[in-house]
Amino acid sequence: MRDFNNAKPCLTGKGVTKTFGFGDKKMNAVDHVDFNFHEGEFVSIVGESGSGKTTLSKMLLGLISVTEGQIDFQGKPRDISTNAKKKEYWKGIQAIFQDPFASYNMFYKIDSVLLDCLKMRGDGSLPYEKKFELMTEACSFVNLKFAELTNKYPFELSGGQMQRLMIARIFLLKPKILLADEPTSMIDACSRATILDMLLKLRDEINMTIIFITHDIGLAYYVSDTVYIMEHGKFVEYGPADKVILNPQAPYTKRLINDVPKIYEEWDLTTV
Amino acid sequence: MGKVMLEVNNLKTKYVTRFKEDVYAVDNVSLKIEEGKSLGVAGESGCGKSTLALSLIGYYFPPLHYMSGEIIIDGKNISGMKPDDVRKNILGNEVAYIPQAAMNALNPTQKIIRFVEDVIHAHDKSVSKKDIYDMARERFAILGLPEMVLQKHAVELSGGMKQRTVIAISTILSPKVLIADEPSSALDVTSQKMVIKMMRELMEKGFIKSMIFITHELPLLYNVTDDIMVMYAGQIVEHGTAKEMVFDPLHPYSKGLMGSIIVPEEGVRDRKLTAIPGTPPNLKHPPEGCRFADRCKYATPTCRAMEISNIELPNGRSYRCLMSERKVREVYASEGL
Amino acid sequence: MKNTIKQAFHSSKFVTGFVIFMFVLVTIFVYPLIVTRDPLEMVGQGNFFKPGTYVAVSDVVGTNSNYRLNVDTSAAKLETGLSVENRAMMADWLEKYGEVPASDIDVTDAESLVALWNEKYDPKTVIKGMTIAVRNQYMRLNNQIQHALKDSGVIIAEKNEETGELEEAKSYDGREFVNQGDLPNTQTFLLGTDNFGRDVLTELVAATKVSLGVGIIAGVIATIIGLILGLLAGYVGGFVDNLITFITNLFTVIPSFVLLILISYSVSESARGTTMVGILIGITAWPWTTRSVRSQVISLRNRDHVNLSKLSGHSMMRIVFTDILPYIASYVVMAFILQISSGILAEAQLSMLGLGPSTTTTATLGLMMNWATQYSAHTSGTWWAYFPVILVIALISFSLNLMNTGLDQIFNPQLRD
Repeated sequence: MRDFNNAKPCLTGKGVTKTFGFGDKKMNAVDHVDFNFHEGEFVSIVGESGSGKTTLSKMLLGLISVTEGQIDFQGKPRDISTNAKKKEYWKGIQAIFQDPFASYNMFYKIDSVLLDCLKMRGDGSLPYEKKFELMTEACSFVNLKFAELTNKYPFELSGGQMQRLMIARIFLLKPKILLADEPTSMIDACSRATILDMLLKLRDEINMTIIFITHDIGLAYYVSDTVYIMEHGKFVEYGPADKVILNPQAPYTKRLINDVPKIYEEWDLTTV
Repeated sequence: MGKVMLEVNNLKTKYVTRFKEDVYAVDNVSLKIEEGKSLGVAGESGCGKSTLALSLIGYYFPPLHYMSGEIIIDGKNISGMKPDDVRKNILGNEVAYIPQAAMNALNPTQKIIRFVEDVIHAHDKSVSKKDIYDMARERFAILGLPEMVLQKHAVELSGGMKQRTVIAISTILSPKVLIADEPSSALDVTSQKMVIKMMRELMEKGFIKSMIFITHELPLLYNVTDDIMVMYAGQIVEHGTAKEMVFDPLHPYSKGLMGSIIVPEEGVRDRKLTAIPGTPPNLKHPPEGCRFADRCKYATPTCRAMEISNIELPNGRSYRCLMSERKVREVYASEGL
Repeated sequence: MKNTIKQAFHSSKFVTGFVIFMFVLVTIFVYPLIVTRDPLEMVGQGNFFKPGTYVAVSDVVGTNSNYRLNVDTSAAKLETGLSVENRAMMADWLEKYGEVPASDIDVTDAESLVALWNEKYDPKTVIKGMTIAVRNQYMRLNNQIQHALKDSGVIIAEKNEETGELEEAKSYDGREFVNQGDLPNTQTFLLGTDNFGRDVLTELVAATKVSLGVGIIAGVIATIIGLILGLLAGYVGGFVDNLITFITNLFTVIPSFVLLILISYSVSESARGTTMVGILIGITAWPWTTRSVRSQVISLRNRDHVNLSKLSGHSMMRIVFTDILPYIASYVVMAFILQISSGILAEAQLSMLGLGPSTTTTATLGLMMNWATQYSAHTSGTWWAYFPVILVIALISFSLNLMNTGLDQIFNPQLRD
């Protein structure tokens, strides 16, 4: 396990809050959270449904506005006030979403997803042979053969293949930060390992910061360096994965770990 | 050896898609559950495990069709019965079925006690409302559900409470077999644990004589059932006790599946997760030979050429592979698995 | 896309609707090629000629190719010549004074009725208690019958130029026929003529074309306005959404037909052509398209592929056109179909109220109905002036709605088996 205390901060937040509704119905989906994600760090944000983890991820991506608080990107305050600045920010942060079937526009061939990435990189004017080479390289990074996939529509692929292609997209864009929102929850268990391996490979080879959002505390423990536990819009505990999972302090973390079925230890059913 | 509660012999069913294509989702499934035992069915999405659940309760309404085989519940063969008769006479008192979205099936305009009355009156119209109320109260108390739930509407209950209520209502007639298809997958971990605890209590108190638990969550299955069956592409590929299946799987598919288990426990981070490349075969045109052959790294041409039969081991385990038990262990040992 | 269309043709409902609609369309375009007459030409002098083939009387007399057929023509003459009232009178007399039991009298069989009449009736007998007027009436009726029965034929006379006297040129008896094909001037009006003496069928085909045009103009306008507002409200959200929703709700609360009547009333009659009426219907019919497009867009807005498109730096226009529109296209097509159907109905309703297109150069389905009503076609029993129009309106909206239901079954997963 690496130590990130001295690593360069990549994305930090102070008092980040998102409020929905007005008046009596006002509720803080994300409630004054502080975080510090470092370069090359594999961070997991663990929370059950309704904990606000998806709202937080959308704020991090700049898809919804921040009600209160400040987010710093690479040491400088994040500025996404104009469309041009947003576009620039999104060169630095990209995402993979939960449902691979919903992540593609089903009316377009999958080539268009990768060609878009090349355009975004500024390689839009390259000759097609060169583009083909780059796309093939990206696909081989995720163990896919571009020659077999080209001219296919998304629905002709399996869920695992679609999600791997999403990673190939990230490989082409090479952002500083990858936000992966439950990327394995809709995928069969035996394809899951492949996806996780590829995320780790992105981190190891490109030194990408990976923000992994999940409800599965076991999964978070398996892959991450640092774990943030989220409950009702707040981080109740965070720290190195081994410390948080094997020696939890917050009552919520304790309960969460206690309630997940175990195989090596006894699963204590008397505590509910 | 206990009394056999459910016996299934060579069950074959299919369903028909919108485009009139046949999908052979349950192919030659045989199983046997004794009184007091529970059996888990594990498999990936699309392997036919939910179709198996519907087939076992005789729910042959289109698009599901019965093809061949026997289903015997406590000595009574239900495989030839009309689906409507099964629903009237078998469902509820002989077999109870709980689907994943069971909690959403409660009519929001009715109080919970009405559902209990419906279940009991479906089989015996003469029971008075007072008796039903007392019966439900007693059962709810044993299962740790507050009595006031009976007077509430479904919308007033949380998801976990609703699911537990549905289970309590479905099993009020103490059925011989409970078939639960992903009963806790839509819930958060704490509610899931409460559901599991309640199902265990149902078994211990004898309110259900046996149970089939279907899920894709292997750690859960390991903690709930005595035996585990692994299903792949409509067939049972391996059957053994929960411990054997999780720690010593024989079939290459089970091996891959068990190798992908992740739990938040010490030492898990040092293990290497296994991955199985490829996708399951299309069940509209299942392959002739071993259905796993295309994804199996040990596959030989023979595997693809002939139908693979079940190997039964003396200790009651069985698996569907050409390799002998010794060969399997040798292969795995040589790879350090 | 190709797949979607293929799927649509798997639905029997859609196919039925499509076939009916295509039949109407083909008729609209093929009929004018065969019948080239101006649909609003007043061919008949007088109103409401009944359906049938019209033969020039002079041609019948003037034709030289006559055919003698051994057919008794008096029966047929009686059958068409004896009116319902006359038959009732005959039956009445026979029953009262001829002492024939009522069960033996069959007013639908002219031949037997006349035979019975001839047997019993004697003009000379004086019946007590019968007024002279009634007696004369019966005598006139008897003469009429006897005249019809007499096979005396017709004599054609020519005027002698010199003497100025009429000389017999030709004579015809009841058994002489002419072949319709030999006659140079025949006119067939399958649906008769209307109050202005215009051929209803030709007019109907032309009117259907114009009405469909009005419906399509209305549908296009309503769908475009609804689509743009719905997309804006759904995708942009926030204040824009609140504003558009407010306006839409306002328009939904005011019955759009009342609004339509008021607007039509305030547009001067000279400006109210068919296009104008189509536009008016279009600009009052958009609210529900807006509402449904908005709700569809809101559910799409949060889909991951839209988020991903945003992250790829695509502009709002591009996201709307490539990531949102294709997904709601099927829905918009369905809304468009319904808007056409309701546009045609709205035109018919407006015209019935006299607020439709005020034009004398084209007919619309609504105008035809209006004319028929104004000339009391519905009370005079001239069904051909209005019934075919109703049938066409019903057929078009039935076929469009059927297509819509068929599409709905395909696109709405909840309705799938």
